[in-house]
Amino acid sequence: MTPIPARITDWFTTKGWSIHPHQQDMFDRAMDPATLLIAPTGGGKTMAGFLPTLAELSESAPEGLHTIYVSPLKALAADIRRNLRGPADEIGLPIRIEDRTGDTSATQKKRQRVDPPHILLTTPESLALLTSYEDAQRMFHGVQRVIVDEIHALAESKRGDQLMLALARLQTLGPTMRRVGLSATVEDPDAIARFLARHPDPCQIVQADPGPDPDIQMLETQELPPWSGGGAAYAIPAVLKQIKEHKTTLIFHNTRAQAEVFFHNLWLANDDALPIGIHHGSLDRQQRERVEAAMVRGDLRAIVCTGSLDLGIDWGDVDLVIQIGAPKNVKRLVQRIGRANHRYNAPSKALLVPANRFEVVECVAALEAARAHDLDGDPRGAGPRDVLCQHILIAAAAGPFDADDLYREMTAAGPFADLSRSQFNDCLEFCATGGYALRAYDRWQRLQQRPDGMWQLRDPRAAQRIRMNLGTIQDTDTLKVRLKRNRGGKPLGEVEEAFAATLTPGDTFLIGGQIVRYEGLREMTVEVSRRADRKPKVAVFSGTKFATSTQLSDRILRMFAQPDWPQLPAHTAEWLALQRQVSRLPGRERLLIESFPSDGREHLCVYGFAGRNAQQTLGLLLTKRMEETGLAPLGFVATDYATLIWGLDAVTDPRPLFQAETLRDGLDTWLAGNAVMKRTFRSSATIAGLIERNTGGQRKSGRQATFSSDILYDTLLKYDPDHLLMQITREEAMRGLVDFGRIEDMIARIGDRVDLLRLDRVSPLAAPLFLEVGKVPVKGAAEERLLAEESARLLQEAGLAP
Amino acid sequence: MNDLTFTFAGHTLRALGSGALWWPDQSLLCVSDLHLGKSERLARRSGLTLPPYENRDTLARLSSDIAHTQAVTVICLGDSFDDLASTQCLNEAERLQIAALQAGRRWIWIEGNHDPGPVDLGGAHLAEHSVSGLTFRHIAHPDGKTEISGHYHPKVRLKLRGRSISRPAFLLDKRRLILPAYGTYTGGLRSTQAAVSELMGVDAMAILIGTHPQMVPMPR
Repeated sequence: MTPIPARITDWFTTKGWSIHPHQQDMFDRAMDPATLLIAPTGGGKTMAGFLPTLAELSESAPEGLHTIYVSPLKALAADIRRNLRGPADEIGLPIRIEDRTGDTSATQKKRQRVDPPHILLTTPESLALLTSYEDAQRMFHGVQRVIVDEIHALAESKRGDQLMLALARLQTLGPTMRRVGLSATVEDPDAIARFLARHPDPCQIVQADPGPDPDIQMLETQELPPWSGGGAAYAIPAVLKQIKEHKTTLIFHNTRAQAEVFFHNLWLANDDALPIGIHHGSLDRQQRERVEAAMVRGDLRAIVCTGSLDLGIDWGDVDLVIQIGAPKNVKRLVQRIGRANHRYNAPSKALLVPANRFEVVECVAALEAARAHDLDGDPRGAGPRDVLCQHILIAAAAGPFDADDLYREMTAAGPFADLSRSQFNDCLEFCATGGYALRAYDRWQRLQQRPDGMWQLRDPRAAQRIRMNLGTIQDTDTLKVRLKRNRGGKPLGEVEEAFAATLTPGDTFLIGGQIVRYEGLREMTVEVSRRADRKPKVAVFSGTKFATSTQLSDRILRMFAQPDWPQLPAHTAEWLALQRQVSRLPGRERLLIESFPSDGREHLCVYGFAGRNAQQTLGLLLTKRMEETGLAPLGFVATDYATLIWGLDAVTDPRPLFQAETLRDGLDTWLAGNAVMKRTFRSSATIAGLIERNTGGQRKSGRQATFSSDILYDTLLKYDPDHLLMQITREEAMRGLVDFGRIEDMIARIGDRVDLLRLDRVSPLAAPLFLEVGKVPVKGAAEERLLAEESARLLQEAGLAP
Repeated sequence: MNDLTFTFAGHTLRALGSGALWWPDQSLLCVSDLHLGKSERLARRSGLTLPPYENRDTLARLSSDIAHTQAVTVICLGDSFDDLASTQCLNEAERLQIAALQAGRRWIWIEGNHDPGPVDLGGAHLAEHSVSGLTFRHIAHPDGKTEISGHYHPKVRLKLRGRSISRPAFLLDKRRLILPAYGTYTGGLRSTQAAVSELMGVDAMAILIGTHPQMVPMPR
């Protein structure tokens, strides 16, 4: 083992810094094939990753690429470039450090391929793109190290699977490449290590000193939290007080819409005109960059934000994190809290603000979990095959390949270690011919096998289209929002197309903290003006609604089992006590169902605690089953903990409704025509290369000229239901928005221990559900009836007889 | 599927839920824009391999409408094939199915912009065709009177109490009737687009197809 070169230790000394133990550890393991560092933010994590690179380059700096740094954010890559330049210059290393992202100019990109820098800072997508060029071998053959930053975040999405396939390719091109992963605190470091390392290489895990425990409290407010909703408007005065008492506060929200509403309310109450900004993924890039720059200069006292600030740039001066709404997931809470106080060895300070009464329970449960270091998370499933299909096409774009070699390479990627040869063959077949039961494309295959057995693109021009459609990030159908001006006004951000469709000129909505008035649609842009004469609607933004994690739900159920609740505020403890008195509290081993009349309708409240998505699915399946058995359901609403169904008749025997077999049968038929499935299909079909997002530079303008992917889905369902993409769609839906896995877990756990309680009126725990938004009418005849009504109305309005 | 009866140029016609037009007095069934062979053409041109089942699906729906109406005359109103080469690529079963549908009835292929020439399948090939004062042609003529056409794949979007639906639709006014596209792999053009809305008179109506076809004033 060589010591750290004197030039570098001297540099540390002149800075007055000492080398942290985990930085030394990472240096000592520099020759290992793979190492994972788990460290809190501000722990010198990036330096720990780059130290061996700087050491190796300080001894000799041969031409060519030495280290690739990959981050999930473009901004982070640029930030690291600036932060690395200083030390490199001060140590006196004549090395080139460059970033390469979607924002890099074409000239720069071209030059980088011919003459790469010593250190290249990039994103998973840009790296995958680099591997798709014919000259990838020349660029990567000498690469020594790859550093994957924020690997815990990448591992949560398909971007991570894509990156690991790209690393497998790099490893083939540059066999001496060593891997380093940098991660925030996670519940299962071994899983991340397996994800990172070349299979079956070992991967040591280096744990940095996690620092002192964070100081997390519930925010105390004068006002009681409301019974439902997610706005937390009641907490505005208390939040403003905290902002005044701290230097810089990050205020996290679970959804973009909530962030907009909260920011609006905060601004209305901001009598001292404190500088406060808003930051979320639907805002225009320039707007976001302005807020980031103001933050770096220390101009802002608070930023209202969403997951868009979960990662990335070290803000330095943040001394308080406020989480509005239950955190849904303890791990994310802990990681967000880590954003405060980046000075090592000082505790981070955080406040939780429940948005409603039930979230008080959830926040306390999350707080207890965070203090107990009990993190949650679902095991990562097998690597998704749509991403694999995309990488087969990328390999083909780079040049002819041998199927055996490619299979060996891909199964060396952690997420795909268990991929069978026949699964791989199915994917290859899909890429080549479409993989249909009806073999229609023998003449027009996308990939062809040459006489020598190698696979190649039938039409080499296809390589360009493959590159243009590379990536796993799906844009939903969003429309840009701009101020209306003669020659195109200032861009404000974007909203979902479906939301834009509900607007009529004169409607107002919130975006970027301002109320704007909808003026009209021009080309694919929503034009607005800054007039605000009405109460704004809340824009619908893309972005996931997270479901409460299994572990957190369990914790809440365990809390319910307590005889009393000293840890809860009195109002909430009294509410639970009242529920226990008039009904029962839900438990983990039994399923509680309440049945009661209210407002002339019968209601059924099912406390499954399976998370929002699964409770939603449960609502759809139960109402479908109830319709079949003549129980006349009218609609339902779902939250993270319960589903409330209303209808004409009372349910007296719930057991037949809750048999796993019945629900699974229902799932198969219901899923088939479901919009969630179609959305999932579209996403997988795009990743796998069946549908193109980009064709020849111009983006498809929505669904107008072309037929929608829904038609492809319906066609496959009818004629080829076992097609690879249908298999992938079902797999994805199980864990994503449909989340049927959690329903199955619940049913397996409770067996036939279903308790139906007949009450004469609504119970305390069910009451807030009546106030929930997002009620779902039972479909089927519903849409036809609505259409008939609308037709009659319109005809009458036009003075025509229906 | 239900249908909707309406009057056009003094004739009683029915819009079928499938998107076909049925003229009972003439025992005439008309469908537009089948776009047979679309997936094959895309594979040939771009390398994309979409599910190759749209011919099967389109023909199955057409068979069902023919069986249901027992039409004596069938008019395919142009763009029946995605391009002329597509007719070569129909498989044997598809050719036999078309032949079986043609047996015992009059079958007219109107030429479209995608299929401007004759095809080697049975039936008559015409640029346009008139029956009892109504003219069938692929693309609406600016001066057209009492004409029935296709080409635009019209669609209509309606907002229904917070829900928005978009469906293929027949468009009609005093002078012309435009059919929705019948083929499985066909997109649509909204009635609000200038190409369509400028063609239709102020009193234009739209019939949204589906399980229960519904008539509304055409949104502009």
